Amino acid sequence: MLVIALDTSTPAVTAGLVELADTRPHSLAERVTVNPRAHGELLTPQLLDVLAEGGHQLGEVDAIVVGAGPGPFTGLRVGMVTAAALGHASGTRVYPVSSLDAIAARTEGNSPLLVLTDARRSEVYWAAYGSRKPYGVRERLTDPAVDRPEELPPRLEGLHVRAAAGESAARHAPDLGLEVVEPAYPSPEGIVAVAGAEVVAGADPRPLVPMYLRRPDAAAPGPPKSVTAERGRT
Amino acid sequence: MSTDGGPGRIVLGIETSCDETGVGLVRLEPDGSVRLLADAVASSVEQHARFGGVVPEIASRAHLEAMEPTARRALDEAGIKLSDVDAIAVTAGPGLAGALMVGVSAAKAYAAALGVPLYGVNHLLGHVAVDTLEHGPLPSRCLAMLVSGGHTQLLSVAGVADEVTEIGSTIDDAAGEAYDKVARILELPYPGGPPIDRMAREGDPNAIAFPRGLTGPRDAKFDFSFSGLKTAVARWVEQAREAGKQLPIADIAASFQEAVADVLTEKAVRAAVELGLDTVVLSGGVAANSRLSGLARERCAEAGITLRVPRPRLCTDNGAMIAAVGAHVLANRVEPSPLGLSANPGMSVDTVVLR
Ligand SMILES: [Zn+2]
Repeated sequence: MLVIALDTSTPAVTAGLVELADTRPHSLAERVTVNPRAHGELLTPQLLDVLAEGGHQLGEVDAIVVGAGPGPFTGLRVGMVTAAALGHASGTRVYPVSSLDAIAARTEGNSPLLVLTDARRSEVYWAAYGSRKPYGVRERLTDPAVDRPEELPPRLEGLHVRAAAGESAARHAPDLGLEVVEPAYPSPEGIVAVAGAEVVAGADPRPLVPMYLRRPDAAAPGPPKSVTAERGRT
Repeated sequence: MSTDGGPGRIVLGIETSCDETGVGLVRLEPDGSVRLLADAVASSVEQHARFGGVVPEIASRAHLEAMEPTARRALDEAGIKLSDVDAIAVTAGPGLAGALMVGVSAAKAYAAALGVPLYGVNHLLGHVAVDTLEHGPLPSRCLAMLVSGGHTQLLSVAGVADEVTEIGSTIDDAAGEAYDKVARILELPYPGGPPIDRMAREGDPNAIAFPRGLTGPRDAKFDFSFSGLKTAVARWVEQAREAGKQLPIADIAASFQEAVADVLTEKAVRAAVELGLDTVVLSGGVAANSRLSGLARERCAEAGITLRVPRPRLCTDNGAMIAAVGAHVLANRVEPSPLGLSANPGMSVDTVVLR
């Protein structure tokens, strides 16, 4: 089966064309550009590039899989809305997956690990993962969450996590006493792997809802400020 | 070539610059006229109400949720298939950065998937071009007055979307913003335009002499300022409250509204006369205000100027206005935007199609 993979949940703008056969996804063409300011510009041109390089038309694609985050707001929406419009235009099913799961799916070995990505404001998006399931997907041990890195140790107790992957692993793994492992970003093969079972079964996709994990910054206004206060009214 | 009852080219327009997700469909007929086929809008205005203004992140989230369903609704309304669409137009700016990015990303994906040209167009010109959907072609030159929560501008427009010059604009708040702020002062709901308009009908517009911003002999002739007016209303209300007086809400609303409509229409008519333009297009969300359109009608008639006001539904932000600009640039064989286009939140009015 021919599957498009998209992800804009991290600074990496990711588009790939992936062949999903038997038990593992195989990348036919991919473009990954690390540029946190260019999600909106690069994603569609990169997608057209991978289709051209892979020698396929959008109409031949069997499914679209998109990373639904967690990720900082603005960039994350680029991948989601691109996937929705492509799915609409081509009549193709669109499967959202956790971008953290996509990173975990391409890690080596079998021991429990942590995936950390940058949530900005001194916080990380994270989840812990255990043993492998079909398509190389890792079993998730915790729900995806957003926290300060120093808040993690008590949350990881008893999970036997030894390594960390994801873009923020290099920065925080030493403090957490963990080994840093690849990959740093979701790859097209990892993205497709997470939805592999659903895609092959032709399952109905879940709703295309991004994983924000944070509420919008917005405060209800207080009472109007006095315009005469500065004239000495106390 | 569309399959929808003969020749003509169908343009799908996407608008996400503020809090309305709009998808419109128009057909550019072989004779150059443009016909409205569908206009679907999803608004997040209610989610912003308790914040007293548009919250960018809330608007962006709502755009993502509404994008595909709104596109489907527009296509159903027009009774056409996505594969009938010959070009995609999208608001490339000006507007809220995160909000624009949702529409532009969707537009690129639709254009790439359908293999049709993409036009990243100017939102402000949409407010002008939309009038051609209702009242037919515009004269070769006209004056446009755009008044909304986000903009307050006088533009000299040639050929709908060829050459646009800004004649004047607000130096502080947009007129619609002033309505929202005054509504808060008067404890009326958000957005402030409709409730103030309603209250004003019961009040005396000459009860309180609120200031007319930038109307002094040495002020910029065609620029606007509404921040002083808003402060004057706040001060008046505060003093009345301190004095323990019952607030004459209807009179305050009517007098505030009169000050806004007076300055806007006076400057627009003067600009049209000085520039020798015989047509004024009044558009944007605040154009639906009864006193503004009423006074504009009166003053334009006195000056022998034709006033064109699109129906309220087309005055507020929508996708049809963007599709209308798309149809005009398509007719003019303007080169499309690249798929690497970036939205420009500060896009200037003299840019019609962004590259
Ligand atoms: Zn507008």
